[in-house]
Amino acid sequence: MRHRIFGLIVKELLALFRDKRSRFVVIGPPLIQLIIFGYAATFDVNRIPYASYDEENSGVSRDLLARFEGSQVFRLRGRIHSDDELAKAIDRKEVLLVLHIGRNFSRDLFASPPARMQVIVDGRNSNTAGILLGYVGQIVANFNASWLPLHGIKPPPAVLQPRAWFNPNLESRWFIVPGLLGTLTLVVSIMTVGLSVAREREAGTLDQLLVTPMSPLEIVLGKVIPGFLVAMGEVTLIFLAAIFWFRIPFVGNLFALYVGLAFFSLATIGVGLIISSISMTQQQALLGSFFFLSPAIVLSGFSTPIRNMPELVQWLTFLNPLRFALVVTRRVFLEGAGFAEVWPPFIPMALIAAGSLLGAWWVFRRRVG
Amino acid sequence: MSFEPMRLGALWRKEWIQIRRDPASIGIGVVLPALLLLIFGYGISLDALRLPIGVVVEKPNPLTASFVAGLEESRYFAPHPYGSIGVAEEAMSRTKVEAILWLWGDFTRRGLREGNAPLSLIVNGVDANTARLMEGYFQGVWSQWLNWEAKTSGEPILTPVDVESRIWFNPALESRHYLAPGVIVINMTLVGALLTALVIAREWERGTMEALLSTPVSVSEILWSKIGPYFVLGMGGMAVSVGMAVGLFGAPLVGSLWVLFLAAALFLLSSLGMGLLISTVFRSTFLASMVAVVATFLPAFILSGFIFDIGSMPGPIRLFTYLLAARYFVALLQTIFLAGNVWTVILPNLAALSLMASLFLGIAWKKSRRSLE
Repeated sequence: MRHRIFGLIVKELLALFRDKRSRFVVIGPPLIQLIIFGYAATFDVNRIPYASYDEENSGVSRDLLARFEGSQVFRLRGRIHSDDELAKAIDRKEVLLVLHIGRNFSRDLFASPPARMQVIVDGRNSNTAGILLGYVGQIVANFNASWLPLHGIKPPPAVLQPRAWFNPNLESRWFIVPGLLGTLTLVVSIMTVGLSVAREREAGTLDQLLVTPMSPLEIVLGKVIPGFLVAMGEVTLIFLAAIFWFRIPFVGNLFALYVGLAFFSLATIGVGLIISSISMTQQQALLGSFFFLSPAIVLSGFSTPIRNMPELVQWLTFLNPLRFALVVTRRVFLEGAGFAEVWPPFIPMALIAAGSLLGAWWVFRRRVG
Repeated sequence: MSFEPMRLGALWRKEWIQIRRDPASIGIGVVLPALLLLIFGYGISLDALRLPIGVVVEKPNPLTASFVAGLEESRYFAPHPYGSIGVAEEAMSRTKVEAILWLWGDFTRRGLREGNAPLSLIVNGVDANTARLMEGYFQGVWSQWLNWEAKTSGEPILTPVDVESRIWFNPALESRHYLAPGVIVINMTLVGALLTALVIAREWERGTMEALLSTPVSVSEILWSKIGPYFVLGMGGMAVSVGMAVGLFGAPLVGSLWVLFLAAALFLLSSLGMGLLISTVFRSTFLASMVAVVATFLPAFILSGFIFDIGSMPGPIRLFTYLLAARYFVALLQTIFLAGNVWTVILPNLAALSLMASLFLGIAWKKSRRSLE
């Protein structure tokens, strides 16, 4: 029996890797995606195009605006001289932000503080808008802090000292790239395993397999093991790229990461096999994979936090193996976690793996029997 | 190149029958968009509310109590008190709280007056975006409390310059309003590319394409017969998506409907064109579907400006986004939905979409003609 399964594994791997195009599809796209998304998927906001609308043009107002010009985050695109221009600049997306200083700015500042600086923001992308308002607040707070002692007024009572653990510069790449380790592995293993049975069914080779002395269990194992090997290979590839290309700090336990991702791959392979054995055609299998993949990625915490979702949806995410895999990869990568910290998510992943693999075997037996 | 309305009509009928008999294509065309919109609409939100924050007060007094009360009132935070910083750090490493506010030493009225009251905020930086938003929210709560404290204690106002922010198009900064249009883009990308990629690749794989080509129909007739019915299906999906975005998620539709559908039509043509191209080049359902997913779904999700700001991406990647039809469609939809008919944004993006559509359809036509010979 071991010999027969081994033969199946070799056959399956050959089917994937012998064809040049299919080999490329398994190896190329995940790497290309890792590189592109690793660079592109960033919530960091920089080079914010803005315009200044200074109606007063006094020493103080120029001082304040100069702080924005000197900032790394903002890029001055021009000056504005009327409300009309202001509306146009924002409507046309020429700038994301206009800093408006009114005519009585310095009079207010000296006679009846606070003086107001108006900030007009394009809210079309609400996340960017929120973050850049935070930056504006910081620059103005710094201006205030240095203005007070200069004018003989006591300094602000306390300065907020924010400090970030695990990711001191708050680089979102450190958050996204370890996330891609789970996400891309999920995509590849669902797509390869999810289509495999349906492809053999369409090509008629499934019938050939079934007339051999192999039992359904052996055939299922013959699909699971190569899928597992491919997934772990993919994990290694992406892991190396994350460390050596993106220089993401890896401070945790490598073994814990691999064990966690092994449970994860088994879970996804099980889901892929169920989809594959239910579908009659490749098209249906692909559709099924999609029905699984897109919610799995969206509802995993990969790009947006699970905590922001409605409660019902949050409960739903407990069925999603990617949710747990992301906890493992991020905590091991950035927080330096080992088995003692990350074992809890292993349990649901192992349960999902066991459930889906047994389910796949059951479905497969019924479908072919 | 010959073009006979009769033959095209017959091909369309064949295609319709095929669609009707294969529930999968109706699934992709109509059910998938509705389902995706539901998942995305409810699943994606960048509005961080009630963030669990640990509060450690070393010397409790009325001042610290009033500040913590201010934190509690904010809709952004849910404070949990801890006895010591050690316990709080322990809680943060078990991800019970996302941040710790540590009021240590002399956080008293006298301390505030002398200007050295220590106030430290420790955030969990793993999710950098949430951490940054959290710092911003905290800054807001802090300066609000300072102003209030200054007013009640009769001290002079401490802030020389105040920021008054006006957010256009989405005053409450509800991320759902800007995400709903983006979700439509992802929907349409998927629908277009998947529909055609699978359909044509399947015909090549089964050999029915050769059978079709041996009849007197021309290549362009075959291509149009593939595009026509799926175009109709895709626009149906678009109507469903727009209806749900407005009806269910309350996205405001400020611009006009016809501009929206014009943009959608051009975008659908370009993504159907890309699907045709993929399936003509790869000719196997397996490969075509892999490539369709890789070339459509993830780029539309990550590189289109739907969630991540294009302006902040590194130069080469920003250039690359110009090759994606989704980029133009996202810009169009966000403007049409939230800002209205701003022609200076709409026209260039429409032009770019038409260019992409004709490019993909043109290459697909050339490729399939060559494969004939």
